[in-house]
Formats: sequence, structure tokens, C-alpha cells
Amino acid sequence: MIDDILAQLTESVVLAQQQAALDLTRQALAAGLEPLTIIDKGLTPGMRIVGDKFACGDYFIPHLVLAGRTMKGAMALLVPELRRRRETASRAGTAVIGTVKGDIHEIGKSLVGIMLTASGFEVHDLGVDVPVEAFVSKVKETGANLVGLSALLTTTMVVQRRVIEALEHAGLRQQVHVIVGGAPVKAAWAEEIGADGYAEDANGAVDLARRLIGG
Amino acid sequence: MRPELRLLSDDLVTRILDEGFQLLIDPGIRIHNAEALDLLAAAGAEIDRVTQIASIPERIARQALATAPHAFDLYDLDGRPVVHYGGDRVHFDPGSAAISLLDSDGRTQRPPQTADFVRFVQLVERLPAIDAQSTALVCADVVEEIGDLYRLYLALNFMRKPIITGAFRKDTWWTMKDMLSAVAGGDEALAQRPTAVFDVCPSPPLLWSDLTCQNLIDCARARIPAELVSMPLAGATAPVTLAGAVVQHTAESLSGVIIGQLARPGSPIVWGGSPAVFDMRHGTTPMGDVGTWMIDLAYVQIGKTLGLPTHAYLGMSDAKIVDAQAGLESAGGTILAALAGVNMVSGAGMLDFESCQSFEKLVIDAEIIGMAKRLIGGLEAREDPIALTLMRQLRHQADYLGQEHTLRWFREEFYLPSDVIDRGSSDAWASRGSPTAFERAQARVDQLLAEYRPPALSDELKAELRRLTTSAAQHFGMHELPPLPKISGE
Repeated sequence: MIDDILAQLTESVVLAQQQAALDLTRQALAAGLEPLTIIDKGLTPGMRIVGDKFACGDYFIPHLVLAGRTMKGAMALLVPELRRRRETASRAGTAVIGTVKGDIHEIGKSLVGIMLTASGFEVHDLGVDVPVEAFVSKVKETGANLVGLSALLTTTMVVQRRVIEALEHAGLRQQVHVIVGGAPVKAAWAEEIGADGYAEDANGAVDLARRLIGG
Repeated sequence: MRPELRLLSDDLVTRILDEGFQLLIDPGIRIHNAEALDLLAAAGAEIDRVTQIASIPERIARQALATAPHAFDLYDLDGRPVVHYGGDRVHFDPGSAAISLLDSDGRTQRPPQTADFVRFVQLVERLPAIDAQSTALVCADVVEEIGDLYRLYLALNFMRKPIITGAFRKDTWWTMKDMLSAVAGGDEALAQRPTAVFDVCPSPPLLWSDLTCQNLIDCARARIPAELVSMPLAGATAPVTLAGAVVQHTAESLSGVIIGQLARPGSPIVWGGSPAVFDMRHGTTPMGDVGTWMIDLAYVQIGKTLGLPTHAYLGMSDAKIVDAQAGLESAGGTILAALAGVNMVSGAGMLDFESCQSFEKLVIDAEIIGMAKRLIGGLEAREDPIALTLMRQLRHQADYLGQEHTLRWFREEFYLPSDVIDRGSSDAWASRGSPTAFERAQARVDQLLAEYRPPALSDELKAELRRLTTSAAQHFGMHELPPLPKISGE
């Protein structure tokens, strides 16, 4: 019966059934399952399947977005439970991401957030038009080891450099890997501003993040 | 008869317009610009100063549509009206603001430099199919803050055709206006005979940023034409249905017309755009997609219904090199744009999602444009009777090559391509070294640039343009501008 709930929970993520995922998460908690078990054996496998389906072309970006939202909803029920047990979910890493000040392009950055979440990262998405200081203070607060900076305009790309400088100034640069992205951003630019890497798309960003954190 | 293309039924036009007007009221338009909010408040719109949302009743929109001009001309620098925005007239300009240039190796993208953009302007001058210049490349060898005005500065030194441009900041717009005014002989002369159009872009969904809204207001006050470039991204920042994306485009564009007309009634405004479908696999914005074209054609039809001049970004490709994909995507968009009667079609030369320009693609696209213009020239009888007299005269002889009639009409009836299009025998092609389309295009680029002669610009005017640009550069910490390239014949 317990395995049944977890299997159904996995399926609810794969099919992006947001209400079902909430109901099943509540059921699982009521049945005495540990929140970490629910995450590791119920939700995460679902996101992994979604990622695989996307990689092989079965699924498209809207599937990712809605599955990510489904997982996020369930996590909102589980995080207070984890906190009560003084536990944290095991993570591939902790990421702070956002689109830099002056730029309101959201999609690419959000996709990176979803894909990182799907790969087991704890993601703090600061949104768009994010001031330089907000990145710095969030890294301090969360102890993040990854920072993702998005810029879609040639005029806002320069802010990526400023965030890196601010991280250096705050003595946090050694703690984090900084990855950059966005339509005008290329590898040469990443190198010029002292970022640790650049990726062309969300999948590339996840590969890059894993490579950096693993290495 | 001029062939025409209409995608929307009358009923759908009515429904799209109706929903567009309703969106202006609820949820309203977000406007991050105090001056625009003041104008709207004075006109009777309901303004929430905290959220900066304006709820605009249809009455205000109708009033704006009543004062917006249905047509205007753009002038070249010799004072001739060479571009007519209005009706079904069709013109083409290169895709603008590319941040990279396809190198002559045909494979590598690199940041454009001053000399590249100057060559680009010269090439556009030499291509008869291209009706207007655009500030097509963002030069990487000047500070970013003058990226917009520096392009205009370079272009004004080497062009005669009118130009489609845009500002990246609020303050740089004024420098750009001063340059245009200097060339035109004053603000009033510029307003009477505009030589430039400024693109102003709302942000999807339903938002005007401070910068672009101010550009729109400043253009209106100076009576410089503004081109609304609404860019719904179907499925991501706009409804996924193509009609839904057009509804959003309608509301955003109506709000632009309103702001411009409130700033100055009668100021010239263009119903333009750069929508796209969202690629659901790659998260990109394909400009060569058939869905993108359909949104373009549909909003152009809406603009024509409202009696406004129109513009669209069409004829571009998302290919990374000048290959078969580049050809097929560019041809599709260009021919459809011509059939739809888009007044200004921006896009020639552009690759890689509006980010990369190519000299070679530009000359190939000029051939597509030539064919598209021929197509909308239509099929005419030419003579009456059409052929009866001639054919009775020749009876069963195949001697049409030797007829006056053929000499009289063949240049008008046929489109005559340049050597970019290979129509020789395969032996002839092989004997020339079997050149690819890209290589043939390269040869044509070289040939056209060799023929370029710079316009006669007075030394005082050149100095004034340089003074304006240098002063802006210095304001942003760049002491000296790169030197202007020397042109043979100068």
C-alpha cells in the first residue's frame, strides 16, 4: 500500500497532476512515511522520468514546467515536516539563480531552475531584474555553491560581470561556481568576465552545473 | 490585379479587435513611465499609481485611432519620398541590431566592428531591392551605452536611403534625434520630411518599460515616426493559440497608438511587430517558423483594418550558416510578407533568431525580395488584345526572340536575377570552379562594394555628427571614437 502511494506520487509528477500530488503527499505523511522517503522515492523519480522523456523528445517544455510546478507544490507540504525533524533533503547542490538587473526576460532562467530542481539541486530563483546585492545576500543566506546569471540583452550582459565582482568583494567567490547564460552570452564572454562556465540551453546548464560541482 | 493574402475571416478580425479593446480595460496595461500615466490620466483612463496599471476605456483608443495618420512618407537624404508607409505598398530593410556577424568564412560568428557596419551600410546602398537602411549591427568596439547612436552616426556618414533605427536608452534618443536633425536641416525639416523611423517595443505581456515608452513619447512630440514592435511569444509570454497571440499583439499595439497620439495627436505611428511561436523543445524563438509567419500576417491584417501603416519582421532564418534552411525560411517569410502588403519588412540578412547578420545572406535575400516584388507586381494583360494579333502574325513560327514585342516587355515581365542565382549550364558552372551560392554571394558582395561611392557630405556636417557622437561617448567614459574607415573614391 505504501509502495502504491509512492508509485502513484511518481506518476502524478510525470503526468503533472498537481492536485493528486498534493493529496498523495498528504496520504503518504498520514501513513507514517518519512518526508525524505517521499521525496527520494516518490517525487524525485517522477522528475527524473520527466527529464528522460524530455531528453528523448516525448515531452516538451510545458511538460517540464508543469511537472516542476507539481513537485514544488508537494515540496511545500514536505519542507515544514523536514524542518520539524531538523532534516534536510540530500542535494546535488544549492543554486541561486536570477535574471540580472535591468533585464526582465524570465523563460530561459526559469527553465534552468526547473531542470536544476529536477536534477536534485535546491534552487533559489530570485526572479527577474535582480539587483547585484540580492545575489550576494542570497548566497550568504543559503550557503549556495552555484550561482546562475541570466541576461538576454547586450546592455544587461555587463551586469553579470558586476555580480561576479560583488561576490569577490564579499569574499564569496571561492565558495560558488558562477554560470552564465542568455541569448547574447557566449563562451568567450563567460571567460572574459571570469565566470566558471556558460551553457547554451537549460540541459546544457544542468550538465555544466553537475560537472562543476562534481569536479 | 495585385495578388493578396488574408488569413483572418471578417468575423475573426472583429473578435480579435474586440478582445484587444477589452484587455486595455481589464487587466489594463502596465506602464512604467510617469509621463505616459499622466497623459492617460488626463485623458480619463483609470490609473493605479502603485501597480502602474492603466485601465483604458475604448473611447480613448477610438479617439487615438481617429487622429493617427493612415500614411506617411520616408525621405532619403536627397529629400525624395522613397518609402511610402500606408496602403499595400511593400518595402524591405535589413534585420536590425545584430550582435554578431557571420564571418566571410561562412561558419564563424564574430562581434561586429566599426568597419563591418560601414561596409554593411555601403552594401545596402548598392542593393536596389533593399529600400531602406537599418541600424543592422551593434558595434563591439565602442562602449555599450552608445551602441545605438553610434550605429546611426556611422550610417549617416555613408547612406542616402532612409533608415529604420531605435534607441537603447532614454538619453541617447536625444543625441540620435540631434544627428537626424543636423542632417535634415533642423527639427522642423526633419518632422516635415522624416528620414528615420524609431522602433519602440512593448514587453510581453501588456507592459511598457520606462525606456521604450519614453522613446515613443519623444518620437511623437518630435513628429518622428515610431514603429510599434509588439512581440508576443506564443506559448510562453502570450497565449499559445496563434489568434490568442494576435489578441495580445492588438492590445499592446493599441496601447502604443494611444500613448503616441496622446503625446501628440497626428504623430506618425506604425503597427509593427516581431512575434514568434515558442519552440517547445529548445526554448527558442524561431523567426522562420510557419506559425510565426501566421501571427505576423494576422496582426498586419488587423493593422490594415484599423487603417494604419504596417511593419513586420519577416524573411529571416534561424539557421546558423547560409544554407538550405536559410534559403527556404527567408523565401517563405519574404514572399508571404509581400503578398500581405506589409509596408516595411525588416529581416533581410538575418540568421540565428534575429542575432546574426550576414553580407552574403543579404545579397541572396535581395534576390528573394526581387522575386517577391515581381510577384506582387501582378500579372497584367499588357496589351489588348493580349496576344491575338501577335500570334496571328507569327502563325506557327517560334520566332518570338526576334520580335519587338519581346524586347518591349521581357524586362518588365520577367525577374532578372544577378549572378547569385545560378542559371547557367552545369558545364559552365563547373568551369567557374563550381561555386556554391555562398561563394557566388561573396563575389557579388565584393563587386557591389567596389562600386560604392560615398555621398557628398559637407565637412561641417561630418564634424557636427562626430562632435555629437564623441560628446556622448565621453559622457560614458570613452575618450575617443574609432576612426571612420577610408573609402576609395573619397
